[in-house]
Amino acid sequence: MSEQLQSDFDKLVKTSKFSHEEIKFKKNFLNNFIKNGFPNRKQEDWKFLDISQIIKKNISDLSFFNDYSQSNKIDPSILVDGLEHNKIIFINGKIEKIDFNVEDQNKIEIIDETKKDISFDYENSLIDLNSAFTYKVFKIIIKKDYSLKKPLIIYHSTNDKIKSTNINLRLDFELGENSCLKLIDYFANTKTKNFINIFYNFNLEKDSILKNYKIDKFINNNLKYSFNNIEQGNNSISETFILSAGSDYFKNEINCNLNGEYSSAFINGIFSLKENQQHEIRTSINHLVENTKSYQLIKSVLGKNSKSAYQGRIFVNSKAQKTDGYQLSKAILLDETSEFNAKPELEIYADDVKCSHGSASGSLDENSIFYLMSRGLNYQQSKELLINGFLMDVVEKITDVEIKNLITNIIGLK
Amino acid sequence: MDKREKDIENLKDYKYGFTTDIENIKAPKGLNEDVIKFISKIKKEPKWMLDFRLKAFERFKQLKEPNWQKPKYPKIDYQDLYYYSAPKSMKDKPKSLDELDPKLLETYKKLGIPLQEQARLNGIAVDAVFDSVSVATTFKEELTKQGIIFCSMSEAIQKHPDLVKKYLGTVIPVTDHFFATLNSAVFTDGSFVYIPEGVRCPMELSTYFRINASETGQFERTLIIADKGSYVSYLEGCTAPMRDENQLHAANVELIALDDAEIKYSTVQNWYPGDENGKGGIYNFVTKRGLCKGKNSKISWTQVETGSAITWKYPSCVLKGDNSIGEFYSIAITNNHQKADTGTKMIHLGKNTKSKIISKGISAGFSDMTYRGLVDINSKAKNSSNYTQCDSLLMGNKCGAHTVPYIKNKNFDSNIAHEATTSKISEEQLHYCQQRGLNPEEAVGLIVNGFCKEVLQQLPMEFAVEAQKLVGISLEGSVG
Repeated sequence: MSEQLQSDFDKLVKTSKFSHEEIKFKKNFLNNFIKNGFPNRKQEDWKFLDISQIIKKNISDLSFFNDYSQSNKIDPSILVDGLEHNKIIFINGKIEKIDFNVEDQNKIEIIDETKKDISFDYENSLIDLNSAFTYKVFKIIIKKDYSLKKPLIIYHSTNDKIKSTNINLRLDFELGENSCLKLIDYFANTKTKNFINIFYNFNLEKDSILKNYKIDKFINNNLKYSFNNIEQGNNSISETFILSAGSDYFKNEINCNLNGEYSSAFINGIFSLKENQQHEIRTSINHLVENTKSYQLIKSVLGKNSKSAYQGRIFVNSKAQKTDGYQLSKAILLDETSEFNAKPELEIYADDVKCSHGSASGSLDENSIFYLMSRGLNYQQSKELLINGFLMDVVEKITDVEIKNLITNIIGLK
Repeated sequence: MDKREKDIENLKDYKYGFTTDIENIKAPKGLNEDVIKFISKIKKEPKWMLDFRLKAFERFKQLKEPNWQKPKYPKIDYQDLYYYSAPKSMKDKPKSLDELDPKLLETYKKLGIPLQEQARLNGIAVDAVFDSVSVATTFKEELTKQGIIFCSMSEAIQKHPDLVKKYLGTVIPVTDHFFATLNSAVFTDGSFVYIPEGVRCPMELSTYFRINASETGQFERTLIIADKGSYVSYLEGCTAPMRDENQLHAANVELIALDDAEIKYSTVQNWYPGDENGKGGIYNFVTKRGLCKGKNSKISWTQVETGSAITWKYPSCVLKGDNSIGEFYSIAITNNHQKADTGTKMIHLGKNTKSKIISKGISAGFSDMTYRGLVDINSKAKNSSNYTQCDSLLMGNKCGAHTVPYIKNKNFDSNIAHEATTSKISEEQLHYCQQRGLNPEEAVGLIVNGFCKEVLQQLPMEFAVEAQKLVGISLEGSVG
């Protein structure tokens, strides 16, 4: 694989206009990746779903080169109706459109900054891969005291032009004091198999609010990995919602550092998996100062041959007294071939804290089905009603009404 | 001074920290084939036993020491240990207690475990293991009448080779992990229990482990077989002298329950935990595994872990038989610089299997405590269920409490529920107790005992009292 990586990297350098400094940076990351390769199950964080095996099995001839000099046509049918919004459209990993027309242009700044180092410690070779092969890194800055009027939707789409390709993209966001960003990641991919590696970096200043909704609803054959790093200042709030349903493989990883007092992080997730899908959410919430709060709720509904995993970690530093941390994961297994794995982890070094976690998994409750059927629903309807109710619980946690309605419509819940 | 205060005064220091001055036979230092052959020879073992050991040693040479655990420790030099140490007087095994070296009797008396049968009021049969060998087993006759075999492992290898051959290494195979394999290669003694079909063991069986010699590792092996429809309750206690060096204790315990049998295994572990600054103490790296082989069988582990510098163990249940039950009750207390990474594994293979895990962790001082557990429900384990509860209590902000449960559900008929909380003793509870005339330490003792009650209830009577005291004492000086 290393020869291919090297030659694909050379191709990328040839077709792009990187500066010497950038190339040096990227080479470093490339070498790190060549040394470590794709993560495998020997690493604790990849214990349940081994990405190196999954890639080997699904994409035998993975290519790391992606020709960014070609531009792609935007297919208007992928755009979300019924909600006025700002857009960033990625097609095959390349930004084709950035549209912030509804907003005050003075309050938003977009900088292109390809040469970017990684500001936090990580033991994840996929970030090395991402950093080596990203074409452009944009940084979006929301200035002080500005709340975006409309949500920003980032479209992630691929077309039939590429296949078996590794797509790497990265965005950095900086939310100034007292600002607010609502961000929807919307995945609209075709059937072709690619490995998409997304890396977001958020920096939340004092009193800012970030709401990130990741919607992977439509069945597609892509393998996806997404990593969010969130740094939070005093009194800031981050809310992440993940709907993990469409791709063959999807791992969402969230690393959240609560650096400021009274900051809080909320993570809510739904796995709704069908045949042969394998999805995972891994979170790591680091409570580093006093009076911080985190809440996580993850629910899975698992069909035939599907597998979901949730690895949640709450870390409480010895300084972080008065921490409030909560994790709950629940799963319904619909078929004898479905599988649920969980590792809700607490690592606590302060004594005046309130931390708890719960995890439950099992089949649909026959008594409830019987109850509904005795009131005239058929078996299928009762089952659907129960599953809807089970998942609705998570959707209800979305604090933005407009987006909640949008998501309910997309999922088809009532 | 009231009684409790007196107790505490007596027990404030590790009272089992004395050494017994007794002549020892040791194997040459180091680990190699010759040492294994030496151990095997001195124990007059048959060839198949030596082959078993050598096979394990072959495997051991290929294994790497694991390092994924939370408490890290300085590298152990396995060549710098004595793998066999026995009191000289034990060379030719004494036929009865009267022939036993009086120094040994004295030691056990000091530990509160008289080996003379008449000294025992309640019927507990004891097998005492001193360094590497079993020195005495009490109440043998009475047990023999019922067909129960309770003896040292070496004796079992001589007298009941068929049973040993049939079951040894079936739960913990010679090819298991690093420490288990090391044990298979060099184990010296331990207890062997066989309960015949349909017999309910009339008394508690108990083994008392003691490490005395310095620079030795203790590697004992316990094998308990409960035949169809039988019941046994087994207790294990351990102490060691105070030494500045760290000593390794890597035991293997195998339990096998056949159809309708029940084994209850209780441990009160009070190895020397090291001094206040974390110097010395025992490394307690034990492999305990039970196999519910038959239908409707039950294995229950209860442990009170207050000692050891590092405790690293996961008493496990493999629920193979249909309708079998596995239970795990644990209290782990760490104070000063102690570290613990403990928990359980429940592996559900049979239909309608049930397991229950109750774990209570208390950390104080500079200590670190981790609960690590696995619940794995196999796709064939229809209609099985698990309930896990692990609570941690923290005292002070220099210590840590961690919970790392692994949950794997591959069966849609099965239910798993897991709950965990971490908190400190609430000010209100303390205030309430103090208002009613308890001093802060007593109040904490009371609250902690309440916190642990669910587990303490599972212990046999005599042990429960001792454990309750131990819980109070381990936390001495951690309040305020």
